[in-house]
Amino acid sequence: MTLAFFEDRGTPLDRQRFTWRELAGKPISKLDDDAFTRVRVILMNGIESEQMRFLHAAARFNGELRLPFAQVRRIEQHQQTMVNWLLSADHSPLETTIGYEQVAIEVTAALAQQEPDPYLAQNYRFGLLEDFDHMYRYTALLDRLEGKDSNNILQSYTDVLPGRPTVVEHRSPENDLRRPYDRRSAAPISKLNAMTLVAAEHQTHDYYMHVGPLFADPVARQLYAEIASIEEQHVTQYESLLDPTQTLLEHWLLHEANEVYNYYSCVEAESNPRIKAIWERMLSYELGHLHMVGELFKQHERRDPKEIVGERLPKPIAFESQREFVRETLAQEVDLRPSGPDFVSLEEEPQSSIDYRNQLNSEGSPSEIVAAGYVWRPGTEIMRKAASF
Amino acid sequence: MQESIDSTRMGANRTGMQTSPIHAKEMLENTELDVRESGAGLDGEAIAEMRADYIRDADPLGSIPPPATAKGAVKSGAKMMTGNRPQAFIDKLSERLAYERGGTRLYEAAIAKFLEHAAELPGVTVSDFTEIRDQEAAHALLIKECIEQLGADPTAQTPSAALVGVETMGFVNAITDPRTNLAQTLHALLAAELIDEAGWETLIAVAENMGQNDMVARFREAEQHEQEHIFKVRGWYDSLTIETGQLV
Repeated sequence: MTLAFFEDRGTPLDRQRFTWRELAGKPISKLDDDAFTRVRVILMNGIESEQMRFLHAAARFNGELRLPFAQVRRIEQHQQTMVNWLLSADHSPLETTIGYEQVAIEVTAALAQQEPDPYLAQNYRFGLLEDFDHMYRYTALLDRLEGKDSNNILQSYTDVLPGRPTVVEHRSPENDLRRPYDRRSAAPISKLNAMTLVAAEHQTHDYYMHVGPLFADPVARQLYAEIASIEEQHVTQYESLLDPTQTLLEHWLLHEANEVYNYYSCVEAESNPRIKAIWERMLSYELGHLHMVGELFKQHERRDPKEIVGERLPKPIAFESQREFVRETLAQEVDLRPSGPDFVSLEEEPQSSIDYRNQLNSEGSPSEIVAAGYVWRPGTEIMRKAASF
Repeated sequence: MQESIDSTRMGANRTGMQTSPIHAKEMLENTELDVRESGAGLDGEAIAEMRADYIRDADPLGSIPPPATAKGAVKSGAKMMTGNRPQAFIDKLSERLAYERGGTRLYEAAIAKFLEHAAELPGVTVSDFTEIRDQEAAHALLIKECIEQLGADPTAQTPSAALVGVETMGFVNAITDPRTNLAQTLHALLAAELIDEAGWETLIAVAENMGQNDMVARFREAEQHEQEHIFKVRGWYDSLTIETGQLV
């Protein structure tokens, strides 16, 4: 049986303390740790950064709650630091990018399969095939710029093949907006899944916007510019799934519940005992936040927080290769295109999206240029003649 | 704390395909894909075209500031008239200044590493490292004086100085990473020293061409130091590497 949201009160806020030495602790090993440990590190950095973003935005719209926002946000800041600093410095920014796309593929595929609402699941499968193509483009860049094999990062868990081609992923904004779930009828897991994907895609967008200018090569600079633009579309898509009539405190409560759920999923799956201990500590801290926000929710809204988040945590996220699901989705849905909030066939794509991307692609397409004729091979395409091992 | 031999122990490295044969077999199905379209540039031809387009359109990294002092300006003007371009010399001097300053810091980080692993190199003491560190700093000061003699600004970062900063960022990461052992640290230091020595050779040739004979004499002395650094660092690095190859 899974953990109950409100049974364990977690670590009280005043005992959630860090030192600089702890925040900048030992990183994971790029070479020896399991790729899914890195997936979890990147995902949880995304979950924490979403929390920071949300609490800052919330503070602009509510004066009364500014103190609790600031108190929790300070802890989240240090949680995010402790998690993100687990990435070791021998990852080049492009190798880390491969890790980000592995998160986008494997976590999105896992959530699409656990999502009970067919429309939400359809959205996740749609986004999945776009991130899947990003992996192929970035793999070509890693090979052709740094002479490295992305499979050193992927550890054979994730395919490297074209998905929905990045060049056709550019759409006019009205075709990125979806129908939100209904806060009254949606299952708690549906709300959590949507929030996890908003968080993961938003941090990916921010990461590409940050590291894109670190590259000297014009091909890399263009490719990061192009894929960052898609990540902005993905944030728009996933964010539009959240019911806009949820109250501020309802949002906050769900954010804390989602952090609890994600850390709990990490604890359940982690193979590295040192990192597992960090997930356990973070889980306990988040339970502390959830209780604090639960009390605020009761006080301000006179409602039971369990009405919003449920009694028990959902089944943990499956952190494992989703290769078969991804291949099936690719075979069946690569030609879907959005028309407003709906998914239609290739031929029915709105002209507004086609016009929009024709203009953006009119001076060449970086994602096409970088991967022209590219086929992933073990040990890079340079090893073409020795493809069997 | 790890020792140099720890980095060559057998362990759970998961990066290669032989680690997970079942996943690897599925992964190999990816190579059956044929994405080649007629007319598509293969093996990065399209990348080369985009690079060429940007190269033709690119601005330089930056410029070399003109000498600010009247005395310097006159000297620069005099050289200009003889057909030599003193700004190119100043750029190479600034490069060496940047490199020697960076080199000083690399040794400081390497000393921290050495002090934790000193037992691995019997007969070598921290003073062997600090002597090199001090010589790198002295070289930086020497170059600063030369730039001043020419009336130029030793605090400016010229294009070649910026470039060595880009080139050597990997050395900084390799040496300051607490996880790299002494042998790995020395490998990075050796690479840095080899580039350093080549830099002095070029600088001496440029100074000779400029008729700066006093500077040439002082630069030869510095180059001699760099050769000694290479000899020492290579010796330490080789002995550690050969030793770990012999251990069981």
